[in-house]
Parts: sequence; structure tokens; C-alpha cells
Amino acid sequence: MVQYVLKRLVSLCLSLVAASVLIFLTLEVVPGDPAAYMLGINAQEDTLNALREQLGLNGTILERYLSWAGGLLVGDFGTSYTYRTPVAELIGERLWVSLPLALYALILSTLIAFPAGIWAASKRGSLVDTGVMGVTQLGVAIPNFWFAMLMVLVFAINLRWFSAGGFPGWEVGLLPGMKALTLPAIALALPQASILTRVMRSSLLDTLGEDYIRSARAKGLTRGQAMWRHALRNALIPVLTIMGLQFSFLLAGAIIIENVFYLPGLGRLVFQAISSRDLIVVESVVMLLVFAVIVVNFAVDLAYAWVDPRLRRRR
Amino acid sequence: MKSLLHNRSTLPGAVLTLVFTGAALISLFWVPYDTTVLNIADRMKLPSLVHPFGTDQFGRDILSMLMVGARTSIAVALVAVGIGMLAGVPLGLAAAARKGSLPDEIIMRTNDLVFAFPSLLIAVMITAVFGASALNAIIAIGIFNIPVFARLTRGAALTLWSREYVMAARVAGKGAARISLEHILPNVTNLLIVQGTIQFSLGILAEAGLSYVGLGAQPPTASWGRMLADSQTMISLAPHLAIFPGMAILLTVLGLNLLGDGLRDLLDPKLRRART
Repeated sequence: MVQYVLKRLVSLCLSLVAASVLIFLTLEVVPGDPAAYMLGINAQEDTLNALREQLGLNGTILERYLSWAGGLLVGDFGTSYTYRTPVAELIGERLWVSLPLALYALILSTLIAFPAGIWAASKRGSLVDTGVMGVTQLGVAIPNFWFAMLMVLVFAINLRWFSAGGFPGWEVGLLPGMKALTLPAIALALPQASILTRVMRSSLLDTLGEDYIRSARAKGLTRGQAMWRHALRNALIPVLTIMGLQFSFLLAGAIIIENVFYLPGLGRLVFQAISSRDLIVVESVVMLLVFAVIVVNFAVDLAYAWVDPRLRRRR
Repeated sequence: MKSLLHNRSTLPGAVLTLVFTGAALISLFWVPYDTTVLNIADRMKLPSLVHPFGTDQFGRDILSMLMVGARTSIAVALVAVGIGMLAGVPLGLAAAARKGSLPDEIIMRTNDLVFAFPSLLIAVMITAVFGASALNAIIAIGIFNIPVFARLTRGAALTLWSREYVMAARVAGKGAARISLEHILPNVTNLLIVQGTIQFSLGILAEAGLSYVGLGAQPPTASWGRMLADSQTMISLAPHLAIFPGMAILLTVLGLNLLGDGLRDLLDPKLRRART
């Protein structure tokens, strides 16, 4: 197990380095001088030079990459060209909206998908099964930002149960904050819950067909007992993998959903940064999200190997 | 063909897909009203005989906008699937032909890396650099499709390489490239068609999302996502502005998914047993 972890750890680090190089080079292509942008058209050459020096824009590509990547390691993301504040600070504030939103959605999607998937699998071929599968078919096809707009129309504008957007901040209290994130989290969770329900159902059906379930039934367990004691635990492995993968979709999907609800999260930060050509902010947010995806997938791989020893030997 | 129509998901899927591709094709030659002409006198009209789906805040006919939007969505998603297949399939075939070699390792690790970038993030980066346009949306979705097809092709090709007929071809002196083209590729086509349908529907959703946040097709080109973004502030006054484009996206994606499911059942009987 230790050897497996070390091996995966090396590949994790390589992935992170490769991702950072890719992101850095992509944004390096952009024409234009951030220093000139910040100081305006009337800036003097020596002021420009001084600012370039300060922003670390004067070195070779390699020097600039190393100083950027080195900064990332110690949590220094550089200074935003438009806000004139450290990018780490900007991201830190927004993370308090985006991260709870993604987690909220993940929890909702699990709470919906597990019972629905188990229910459909245990009543395979029945009206319930057909109904659940039909609803998930719709859930996968619906654009979540459109579903979000419809929810705003019904629950915010017509029924007035929720506000149509905005975020009061956590300092007002946990409940108002959660309330403001509820509609966005539902919109974000719906497609993921549909996918997860389908995976849960088919994985459970697969394990229910295994020989050891037949043995369990033969020794006298009822269908329900065999399912809860033996099938469910084994069926969870593919479900967990999909949940890990979904985390990246939730983070990326949050970028769009935050725009529907005017939530001050990472997504809105990115779009404001794009429109004001504040590339260092774009660079850092993208890197942070990719970092999160790579690390979560790494954690899922480890959990997987821990649950199923056969996987450790495969590579 | 008969069993294709007997499957309960294929027929509705095929009909929906035909309706929307048909609308997109017709829009190339004819639309009920010109979508670039504003007509303020007729703004925000409810559905009627003259305008079956009503008009938007600039008096443009929503049916015509939806038809042009179908063209945008389908073109973007289709080209993106094309990019994914044209780059991904050869990479997958090459990786499988030299399994475990350095090229295989490089191809697969690069794939893993691209996989860590959700398509939306790729789009964000590309638009940050080159600006927002339909072309950049295509590139972003297309790049995301490459590892999908590369992995699928490699996985399927690996099992084929151990078959007797491939062995026979090797004994007969055929090279790896020729075997890949003549024996492996024809046998993975079914899988590619099914995956292509799925990626096509994902591409439509992605295009809608990108143009909704302003990273896709730019005005005056009509696109479904853009129509939804424009309708957002008016949703309480004129809900039909938001309902029709959303339904168009939902039904197109639903149609493609149903079609993909049906095709998979038909082309891969093993999966049918596991799923139903």
C-alpha cells in the first residue's frame, strides 16, 4: 500500500507541474502589457518599468514561470491588476461561497441519488423503476442554468420563498447563508443526482446478479437482507468513483450557476477578471480549480485502493 | 432497422433529433422572419398564429431565433465531436498498437492531464486569451472530447489486439498501422458512434452554457444559451422568452440521449442485458 501511495503521489506532483505549465503558457500568449494597462496611456516609461519590475514581468519566460509557481506553493498568487489587492485574498473571500455551494450540491445529490437508485434497483422493471429512470433521463438533459431560472421564477418571484439572487454573507448567520445557497445548490445538484442515481441503480443490479448474492439467498437471507448486508457495500465502489469525478463538474458548473444567482463566488470573479483582462486572477482561479480536481481524483484513487486491494497491484 | 424502431427509446429519440436537425437545416435556406431585423412595435408578443412562439424584447420572432439557434448549437457540437474523433481515435489506436511503450505512456498521461480541466475551464482560458466566439467554444469543447475518444478507442482496441484474426494479420506480415486501419478501426466503429451521440448531446449542453455566460456565439448570431441570458431579466414579465429556448435545449439533448441509448442496446447486446 505504501509503495502504491508513493507511486500515485509522484504522478500527482507531475500532473500538477504539467497543469501549471500548460496554464501559464496558455495565458502567456496573450498580447498586451499588464503594466501599461494598469497605468493607462499617459504613463512614463520609467514608471512602467518600475511597475513591471514590481509585478515580476521583466524576466525570461522561465524566470516568470518559476516565480509564479514558487509563489503558488507558498500561497502567494500575485497581485490583481484591477483590484490592486493580493489575488490570494480575492480568492479566499470567494471560496467561502463557492466551496460551501459545491459541497451543499454534493450532499443534496447524494441524498437524492442513493435512495432513488436503491429503490429503482430493488423494484427493477416495475413502474417505480421506469418512473425513476424517466426522471433521471430528464435530469441529465436539462440545462441546469435554465432549471435555475425556472426555480427563480417559481420560488423567488411567484411564491417569494427565496430571494432571486445575491448572498448576505456568513456573518449574518448560518441559516440565511444556507437559504441563499439552496436554489443554486439544487440547480447544481440535479444533473449530478440523475447521473448518480443511474450509476447506483446499475451498479446495484450488477452486484445483485453475482454468485455470492445467490449463496446468501440460498443460506436463507431474504432479498432485502442480501441487498443491505452484501450487495450495497460492493455496489458503492463505482458510485464513489463517479462522485469523485462529479466534484470537478460541480466546481466548474458553479461558475455558471453563480452567474444566474449573482453569487459573489469564484465564477463571478473569473468572469469579471476576463472582461477586465485581469489575467493573473484568471490564471490563479483556473489553477486552483484544476488543483482541486487533481487532488480529489487522487484521494478517490487511494480510497479505491484501500477498499479493493486488487487495484494496488494493477499498475 | 426493424429492431431499431422496436426499441422504446430509439424512436422518440430519432424523431426529436430529426426535428431539430431538420429545423437547423431549413434555417439555412428559410426562416419565417429575419432574426437580424428589430421590430420594436411587435416586442414581447405572446404566442399567436403570426408568431407561434411569440416575439422577444426587440420584436424578433422566437421561432426563427430558435431555428437559427439550432443551427449554431448543432454546428458547434458537431464540429467539436469531429475534432475529438479526428484527434482522439488515431491517438487511441496508436497507443493501443504500442501498448506500454513510451508513446502510449505519453498519450495516456496527456489525456489524464486534459481530463483534469473541465471543458468550461478550458473555455474560460481560451476566451481569456483569444476573446469569446463560437469558434473558440468549438475549440474548447473539441479539446475536451479528444481524451474521451482516445481512451475509448485505446480500451476497445487493446482487447481486439489479442484476437486471433489480428494475430493472423500479423503473421501475414501486416504492419501495426495497417492492422489498426483494416482490422481494429472497423470493429470499434459501433462504440464510436454511440459515444459520438453522447458527446454530441454534451456538446449542445456545453455550447448553451458557454453562450449563456457570454463565452460562445456572439450577437447578432442567435444561440439558445444567449436567448436564455437575454430573457433572464424579463422572466417575470415574459416567461415565454425563457421557456421556449430552454425546452429546445432540453428536447434536443433528450432526443440525442435516447437515440444513443437505443443505438447502444442495438449495437452492443452485452450492455442491454446489464441495463434492463
